[in-house]
Amino acid sequence: MKRVAFNANPVLRLGLPAWRSRFVLFLLFAGFLALGARAMYLQGLFTDFLQKQGESRYARTLELPPTRGKISDRNGVVLASSVPARAIWAIPEDVKASPAKQAELANLLGQPLRDVQRRLSNEDRTFVYLKRQVPIDVAEKIAALGIEGVHQQRETLRTYPEGEVVAHLLGFTNIESHGQEGMELEYDAQLAGQPGSRRVIKDRIGRVVEDVQAVREPVHGHDITMSIDSRIQYLAFSQLKAAVEEHNAKGGAAIVADARTGEILALVNLPTYDPNQRAGLTGGQLRNRALTDTFEPGSTMKPFTVALALELGRIKPTSTFDTGNGRLSFAGATITDVSRNGVLDTTGVLRKSSNIGMTLIQQSLEATEMWHKFNALGIGQAPRLGFPGAVAGRLRPFERWRPIEKATMAYGYGLSVSLVQLVHAYTAFARNGDTVPLTFMKQLLPPTSTQVYRPEIARLVRGMLEEAAGVDGSTLAQVTGYRVAGKSGTARKIVNGAYSTSKYVGSFVGLAPVSNPRIIVAVMLDEPSSGGYYGGRVAAPVFSSITSGALRLLAVEPDAPFKSLVVPEAPLTTISTPQSPRAPAKPAGRT
Amino acid sequence: MGRLSFLLAVALMVSAMALVTSQYQARRLFVQMERGKNEARELDVQWRQLQLEQTANAKHSLIDEVSRNQLKMEAVTPGHTVYLARPRDANGTPIVSGAPLTGAVQ
Repeated sequence: MKRVAFNANPVLRLGLPAWRSRFVLFLLFAGFLALGARAMYLQGLFTDFLQKQGESRYARTLELPPTRGKISDRNGVVLASSVPARAIWAIPEDVKASPAKQAELANLLGQPLRDVQRRLSNEDRTFVYLKRQVPIDVAEKIAALGIEGVHQQRETLRTYPEGEVVAHLLGFTNIESHGQEGMELEYDAQLAGQPGSRRVIKDRIGRVVEDVQAVREPVHGHDITMSIDSRIQYLAFSQLKAAVEEHNAKGGAAIVADARTGEILALVNLPTYDPNQRAGLTGGQLRNRALTDTFEPGSTMKPFTVALALELGRIKPTSTFDTGNGRLSFAGATITDVSRNGVLDTTGVLRKSSNIGMTLIQQSLEATEMWHKFNALGIGQAPRLGFPGAVAGRLRPFERWRPIEKATMAYGYGLSVSLVQLVHAYTAFARNGDTVPLTFMKQLLPPTSTQVYRPEIARLVRGMLEEAAGVDGSTLAQVTGYRVAGKSGTARKIVNGAYSTSKYVGSFVGLAPVSNPRIIVAVMLDEPSSGGYYGGRVAAPVFSSITSGALRLLAVEPDAPFKSLVVPEAPLTTISTPQSPRAPAKPAGRT
Repeated sequence: MGRLSFLLAVALMVSAMALVTSQYQARRLFVQMERGKNEARELDVQWRQLQLEQTANAKHSLIDEVSRNQLKMEAVTPGHTVYLARPRDANGTPIVSGAPLTGAVQ
């Protein structure tokens, strides 16, 4: 090829129009401009989207689930706690397992093989839960089977180790860990906590390598300490259960409350259920009778009317009432006593539980006085317990009381209460005439109380109640070593708007020890049908056994004389300096 | 000029290596921390499970059953109990000293 110098290029000799070179120059500039604009666009306006896209290739947001709080009793015994569990789910299309493996899977799931196969063969669905809330150890065995298409997902399982004994108090949570009943429902917000999250960078094999942002820690649920003493709870449960079985009752409830603080130490209902196995539950099992069932209290109301009449000075402890032969015509109705009692004093009216005596006492009282006192005791108002479902009971306005209704209300008919309201009202007699609000939570501060009766009146009535639970009264309520006071009640149930002659509620409410009341115990049996139905017959023995056990567990000093069956080896005077190494109850660390 | 650029190049190399190692160290420590956190979580779960087991094994119905039927024990009654009076001060309130009376013998 012949070499030509650049500026001697024959092409240059052509006289091309100037606009062509300008045009090229313009195109080049336009190209740069487009590039610059695009860069500006990506860098400036579109940057968020791009960064997000990039991040999504390596960054992950991890959900940090909070742990639901524990519920424990006053001594720290765990009553409800959450543990991790697994949900077992499958993609039916992917599952290709031999029949032997399927049988093993069904066995581990505790389900019939046919059920499992039916769900795995349903190929229309892309996701089936085989079982939820499977314990970890079982889930690990299932994972070890290595069946393709069967997957696991983390969840938590709420466990209630005490089972049926505390079922009504704790309630339960649903599968999503939300409270449905009882304490679990009432304190759901505190127990649940707040989920947290963290943004992390994961490497190729899914290990967390770095936190991208500050971790938002989950707020774990608060633990709750209840006022319940699980030892007393079990005691009340076993005693009530024995009585319900003995008397073939439809149900029953018992409450033990601390008279000093208003803390409920035990609350049991029968029939009950196991919160860990909730298949096939009925409403009757779920019902918290002590709080949601009202009944006409009957004779257990009498002390309140007597105390009111005493306080207003309308009667004296020594006043006498002629109850005649046990039948009295009053305001067009006949009021009867169980037995003929003749002339009774005020204590006698309570001891013999005389309806006629009460009718005579209430004649000195105004309806408005009675209504205000009952109202002050919390009857007809829903108690503020911090527990779902507590009912108000019924106390009709006094303007509409007819004379006969006023008389029946004096001895506990024509109004209705729940067992927990009755316990609340009795705190007035267990304390110095003041009531304390009942609570299910362990209290650190002394409660604020409301004065209802004057202290001397409360003490006076307490003494009368001691007699009512004494030799001539409900003897079955007595407790070895302790002075107890209490009142039995037997109320007919209302069936189809009329008082039934065969269905009763037998109850007993009492307190102990009388010298310095520590606990209030209330027992109620619904429709006892064999071995008697009177409160003094069916409920008083339960009161006695619960009280004796509870006082021992609370280490309350006996205040009544009793026959000691043990003779200490060493004389009691030498206890401060023990000499015999085998002396019983040798004190520790007292030197 | 040549010497300066050589020095700068060395410094650059050193700093680059330092960056790599520190990043490596950070990741290694992070993984360790993660492992520790996981362990803490697992221990917490274990603790919960043990607490539950404790309650389940010390269930009152179980103790009641075993003590009554297997060990032939009886419930304590006041008649079977020796009550000791604690020394009281002038106001009559018990003086609490060291171990409780009902505590085990040392």
